[in-house]
Amino acid sequence: MLNDFTLGQYFPTNSLIHRLDPRIKLLLTLGFLILIFCATNIYALTLIIFFVVCLIFLTKIPLKMYVKNLKFILPILIFTTVINLFYTNNGNIILEFWKIKITDYAVVRSIFLSLRIVLLIIISSALTYTTSPNSITTGLESLFSPFKYIGLGRAVHTMTMMMTIALRFIPTLVEETQKIMNAQKARGVNFENGSLIQRIKAIIPILIPLLISSVKSAYDLAEAMESRCYNGGENKTNLKVLKIQKSDYLAVLFFIICCLIVFLFNIVF
Amino acid sequence: MNNIIEFNNVTYNYSSEDADYIVLKDFNLNIKKGSFTVILGHNGSGKSTLAKLMNGLYKPQSGSVLVNGINTLDEELDLKVKSTVGMVFQNPDNQIVASVVEEDVAFGPENLGLPQEEIRQRVDSALKTVNMYEHKNDMPHKLSGGQKQRIAIAGVIAMLPECIVLDEPTAMLDPKGRQDVIDTIYKLNKEHGITIVLITHFMEQAKYADRVLVLNNGEITADGTPIEVFSKPEFLKNSGLDIPQTTELIFELAKKGLNFKNGIISVDDTANAIAAALRK
Ligand SMILES: Nc1ncnc2c1ncn2[C@@H]1O[C@H](COP(=O)(O)OP(=O)(O)O)[C@@H](O)[C@H]1O
Ligand SMILES: [Mg+2]
Repeated sequence: MLNDFTLGQYFPTNSLIHRLDPRIKLLLTLGFLILIFCATNIYALTLIIFFVVCLIFLTKIPLKMYVKNLKFILPILIFTTVINLFYTNNGNIILEFWKIKITDYAVVRSIFLSLRIVLLIIISSALTYTTSPNSITTGLESLFSPFKYIGLGRAVHTMTMMMTIALRFIPTLVEETQKIMNAQKARGVNFENGSLIQRIKAIIPILIPLLISSVKSAYDLAEAMESRCYNGGENKTNLKVLKIQKSDYLAVLFFIICCLIVFLFNIVF
Repeated sequence: MNNIIEFNNVTYNYSSEDADYIVLKDFNLNIKKGSFTVILGHNGSGKSTLAKLMNGLYKPQSGSVLVNGINTLDEELDLKVKSTVGMVFQNPDNQIVASVVEEDVAFGPENLGLPQEEIRQRVDSALKTVNMYEHKNDMPHKLSGGQKQRIAIAGVIAMLPECIVLDEPTAMLDPKGRQDVIDTIYKLNKEHGITIVLITHFMEQAKYADRVLVLNNGEITADGTPIEVFSKPEFLKNSGLDIPQTTELIFELAKKGLNFKNGIISVDDTANAIAAALRK
């Protein structure tokens, strides 16, 4: 169960989308998320659905990976859809029982909302599936780099360093947790059965050793980093320098066209 | 200047009030350029403390530690000291910073503010030196302990140090990984002329050294070539060390009247020596 969590989100299928600059991908993802909520009529939304389907094919990642992520949020999806059904009294009543009225307007709204959530999940999955965590970190650092002109360079660097180390240590912590769990199981701690309270109590003998070993690791890591001339990121250069390429310009152009069409549809229909 | 590291009357204490915590007292030591020194000592004898004093990670309370003549107390030249004396620690997991091998090796050169092409070239050559070049795009947590430790060594040699201090680098490794790491260290010393200070509790690793130091309660209790140090097994025992089985065997056989030359450590040498002695 813990192994699923080892940041297996990234699938190196080396598609066109993979090769885009992470900064462009981050910005375009944000752009598309906003665009989804700007598309107020069904034609515009259909157009976006069409783009998203194209995107899925372009990433060369099997559809079932996207479905897997959708399944994960299915309860939330159903919940928000149902809540929205009852939320408004505008429009014509199409169903009425007891004190509850459902209007046609509410149905359309719910469908829109659930479609938007699905698109949102697919687009953000596409980002994490096609961009390695490191590229995301490098991209974020670069996007936030203008902050150094207002004296926040150190803060941006610290943030990216924290992300880098967190990414690096997640698998190690998972391994450590498993080791501790096995050690405690061998001592007779039962993680699978018992009441909720008992199971929560069983987590304590995992958390405490984990905390202690993490503090020790942090201490060791700090010394190792210092030994390798780390001094808070002053004058630090990078092995990998991001470069905008032709395909990145094309992606941006494509996005601008999408925006124009969506706004056109919004006005016309 | 012949010495890369010089300790002059160094005192180091983990607590400023409590004299019980004194680890090193009036400690003197010189490490020659290009040498291969092995430091032995039981747990708590002060080996790690000594190592961390060598690159300025710890600063002495009194006395001085000089790296190429630079005092480690000099804040201005701190990076110079740390890039001259590289440090490899025991737990490979706790010294790898990035989640891609080549990015981790690049960490040191990046901190030194080198231009991108230079970093690239140093990373590639460091990875080739430790025979890990084909793993440059792998994730460190997928590698074996020995491989991780070689990545850590590559991360240090990418800073082009003159000396590398290794604090029990093989303590957490399996025999295969242990041998790979030791071979790498040996190669760095012999082919690249890098001064090596290897702290270990594997006695047989002492045979690679040209100088062996035994540390006991913060004091050097033996200092000499491996042959000189291992010809006094009784003495090693007094310093709280297990002597290598081969040395002990030779020693016991010698007591029974067989004649050997002194300081035989490796298994092969022992076998040959016993065979030769029996043939006489
Ligand atoms: N952070 C610390 N705080 C206080 N005492 C310490 C600390 N680290 C080590 N010591 C003490 O210093 C002595 C030497 O430790 P160390 O240098 O780690 O020895 P070795 O590496 O040979 O096992 C030991 O007695 C140990 O308990
Ligand atoms: Mg130690």
